[in-house]
Amino acid sequence: MKVLVPVKRVVDANVKVRVNADNTGVDTANLKMAINPFCEIAVEEAVRLKEAGSASEIVVLSIGPKASQEQLRTALALGADRAIHIETDEDLVPLSIAKLIYAVQQKEQTDLVILGKQSIDGDNNQTGQMLAAIGKMPQATFASEVKLDGDKLVVTREIDGGLQTVNLALPAVVTADLRLNEPRYAKLPNIMKAKRKPLESLTPADFDVTLKSHQNIIKVNAPAQRSGGVMVGSVEELVEKLKNEAKVI
Amino acid sequence: MAILVLAEHDNASLKLDTAKVVACGQAIGGDIDVLVVGHDCGAVASEAQKLSGVRSVLVADSASYANHLAENVSDLMLAIASDYEHVLAAASSFGKDVLPRVAALLDVSQLSEVIEVFSSDTFVRPIYAGNALATVQSLDDKKVMTVRSSAFDAVALDGSAELVTLAQDIAPQVEFVTQSLTESERPELGSASVVVSGGRALGNSENFGILEQLADKLGGALGASRAAVDAGFVPNDLQVGQTGKIVAPDLYIAVGISGAIQHLAGMKDSKVIVAINKDPEAPIFQVADYGLEADLFDAVPQLLAQL
Repeated sequence: MKVLVPVKRVVDANVKVRVNADNTGVDTANLKMAINPFCEIAVEEAVRLKEAGSASEIVVLSIGPKASQEQLRTALALGADRAIHIETDEDLVPLSIAKLIYAVQQKEQTDLVILGKQSIDGDNNQTGQMLAAIGKMPQATFASEVKLDGDKLVVTREIDGGLQTVNLALPAVVTADLRLNEPRYAKLPNIMKAKRKPLESLTPADFDVTLKSHQNIIKVNAPAQRSGGVMVGSVEELVEKLKNEAKVI
Repeated sequence: MAILVLAEHDNASLKLDTAKVVACGQAIGGDIDVLVVGHDCGAVASEAQKLSGVRSVLVADSASYANHLAENVSDLMLAIASDYEHVLAAASSFGKDVLPRVAALLDVSQLSEVIEVFSSDTFVRPIYAGNALATVQSLDDKKVMTVRSSAFDAVALDGSAELVTLAQDIAPQVEFVTQSLTESERPELGSASVVVSGGRALGNSENFGILEQLADKLGGALGASRAAVDAGFVPNDLQVGQTGKIVAPDLYIAVGISGAIQHLAGMKDSKVIVAINKDPEAPIFQVADYGLEADLFDAVPQLLAQL
């Protein structure tokens, strides 16, 4: 089974972002960037499938600016075999990303695509589902367990209210939830080795994909700030305030 | 111009989320139809008929829809989408699973977690874990979007919509195996008016018992931070945050939760936030209306005694 793992370069999860002064977006200049945490879980799962003998080759893919190659090198250091970078400075919507991923999936003939369930910048939670729809593939979103059983994939999904298990025929699309695994750290020798692993650089024009404009960002605002609260000295005071001031109990 | 709302249900009863998505549909304006897809879901359809302001309830009842799998539901939605300009669903695990698939089949983009309607093609949605709000204009001929139900008030149940049965049936593409749901007598986390959440400081799952008592006393739901879920204190579906449930109750009580960006993303629109934490520097105190610096194992039993 050949596995494709798309990864995204995003602002590090622990950085608190600010809206820029002209309200056109979020100021990401000079912020620490990292591989999207859910993508990291997807890479780890692919590596585990390979270690378990289920996956034969892992190809990682990133679509974005030149600097995304850093995140591809990280994925290679974690155990991916080779990388494909589709370079673009445009801010593509998930549908366009899904079309490009599908083009790579077709070119590489991969059996399984594992993605993160959402990127922590756009918070869209769409790309995997859209890829599955475009490729007429079955999907298992929000996966917390993935196993290969013969020629089908058995996936446990996190749903509102509990868990659900489905069987998918390959080729299939899986999106990783937080609970799927605990990603490993890249060791220094692996980081060195990753520098020699193949990284192919392409552009959207190398694929026969028409990308449309789907939306305009009119403005980006900071959310309303909560007014500072009060510290209470005791449980009695807290109960009194909740009863008489906030009137919520 | 018409609006299609995908109903959220468990084949037995309609989820409150649907009434909130209908409210979003009303804010857009136009005829609203509710689609009920499932198996043996007649009771759900009858309930949906009562949603205020709904024109008709479309019912697709078939064994292949019993488990609401995205592959099957999206094919059906594609078949009827030509009559609609807007296609909406709640941003629940079901809506998030199905709707992007529908959007891609229609070759349109999707807007996720819409919290405000600006006009019929322009909407507001949070990005970066709720640290920025983007106003986005859709250029597509069909607007497919998931709606953050905590941002809308449910419509009343005083309507009498027409019932329409859909004949479409499809060949199932995915095999459903099993489902295990967390049993709970408490109100649903997403729609509860009071939420009591615990974090890592609870220490173990037994200690969550005192929060359960507090939640029960207040008639509320139990929630948790990611740390508490990862440590195995409570099941995953209780996680509140960017990647868990987004809640906006009247009262949110955060016990032993530091208040990481990802957790705040899931609860900072609550009307009143109470934080109980022994660390005075915990970021949760910056968003709390009432903060109590105390050991939770002293404060929570005292609180229970006084309610």
